[in-house]
Amino acid sequence: MGHSATLHVNGTSFRVDLEAGRTLLSVLRGELGLTGSKEGCDDSECGACMVLIDGQPVNSCSFLALQADGRAVTTVEGLASGSELHPLQRAFLQHGGVQCGFCTPGMLISATALLKANPDPTEDEIRAGLSGNLCRCTGYVGIVAAVRSAATELAKAD
Amino acid sequence: MGGRFSAPTALADALTAAAAGHRPVAGGTDLVVGTRQGKWTLPTDLVALDRIAELRGIDETGDGLRIGATTSHAQLSAHPAIRERWTAIADAASIVGSPATRHLGTLGGNVANASPAAETSGPLLCFDAIVELRSTSGSRRVPLIELFSGPGRTSIASDELIIAIELPELAGAGSCYVRLEFRRQMEIAVVGATAVVRLDGDVVREARIAITALAPTVRRVPAAESALVGTDGGPAAAAEAGRLAAEAATPISDVRASLDYRKAMAAVVVRRAITGAIARARGETVEIPASASLFGVG
Repeated sequence: MGHSATLHVNGTSFRVDLEAGRTLLSVLRGELGLTGSKEGCDDSECGACMVLIDGQPVNSCSFLALQADGRAVTTVEGLASGSELHPLQRAFLQHGGVQCGFCTPGMLISATALLKANPDPTEDEIRAGLSGNLCRCTGYVGIVAAVRSAATELAKAD
Repeated sequence: MGGRFSAPTALADALTAAAAGHRPVAGGTDLVVGTRQGKWTLPTDLVALDRIAELRGIDETGDGLRIGATTSHAQLSAHPAIRERWTAIADAASIVGSPATRHLGTLGGNVANASPAAETSGPLLCFDAIVELRSTSGSRRVPLIELFSGPGRTSIASDELIIAIELPELAGAGSCYVRLEFRRQMEIAVVGATAVVRLDGDVVREARIAITALAPTVRRVPAAESALVGTDGGPAAAAEAGRLAAEAATPISDVRASLDYRKAMAAVVVRRAITGAIARARGETVEIPASASLFGVG
């Protein structure tokens, strides 16, 4: 038996019919075709699946899709404005915060949540804010520098 | 085959679902994560508790705190009264998992999961937490210490929901939770310790000590507590209480540490927790979380 739900993802509403155990990640990728969020570990260790729900970071691989019913979900696809990259995305490119790219969507989402809560984070605070996200290739130096740089740019824009 | 799912906003509806055998889920950071890890199968019928407003939030009642069951770790660690007067809870809640875990994970969930390594359980036991349980047939208030019956096991009935956790006021107490950790974030206690003390001048008048990941359940250590009372809580007294706590510990060997290592480290973390609690009882500042700031102390 399915349960009907409405997912508000990146400003668009989707009606879906779901079984109780479906994870939000499987629905985003499998039903809605939003494949930016990745499945890494599939048990909340690596953060590649990170999305925002009502502005807060959530590991979507281990979150029941039905619990997101009616709530605002933001995936990496929702960060850019049209063809204009989000300042965090630009900073990741400028500072070499991307290598294979698999962790990048989750990193960007966690960084978005961090900068919203703390617009002027120290390096330690950035590392703590990204502690639920693993990168297995480029390492964290470029990523941390990118977040710091985006914070500066976003502060100028305000 | 799909099961039933509801996400009520009224507590009465959640109690009805629980009575019909639907398993409660709040943040899902144990239940759903454990399912993804293959530890168990997701229960067929679920009732989500996260939309029930009366289960979430922290109230100062005049003689203590009443913490709603689905209050998140992030809410606990940011709450001014908890940081000031139930500081060990802030120490513990602020080091659970990652920012996402702390946003989703709840205090009631941490209690119900009954992990021997649960970060918040030691502080709750030392603050004499009372757990309010409710079902369609009534409610009861049970001291937390009577609730844990083994690793992952509690005496909560299948139709009961945790409604709130109550903490009596403990005027003048200094408290501290520390854990031995291999990394700062996304970690689970290798071993942990909580100390809550009240001083009379320079003398420890009251002491409560709990050990984490050192027994089948998080537990208090009366022998260490009584040894600390009447002392100055200084290095020698803290070390003696740590030694007694290590003696009482009955840890296991697992992927994170061996039994012998855990027993050896029990003495160290208990000593550090006492040092932190004494300092706070004297009005000195020990950063939250204490785990990081007490490295290299004693």
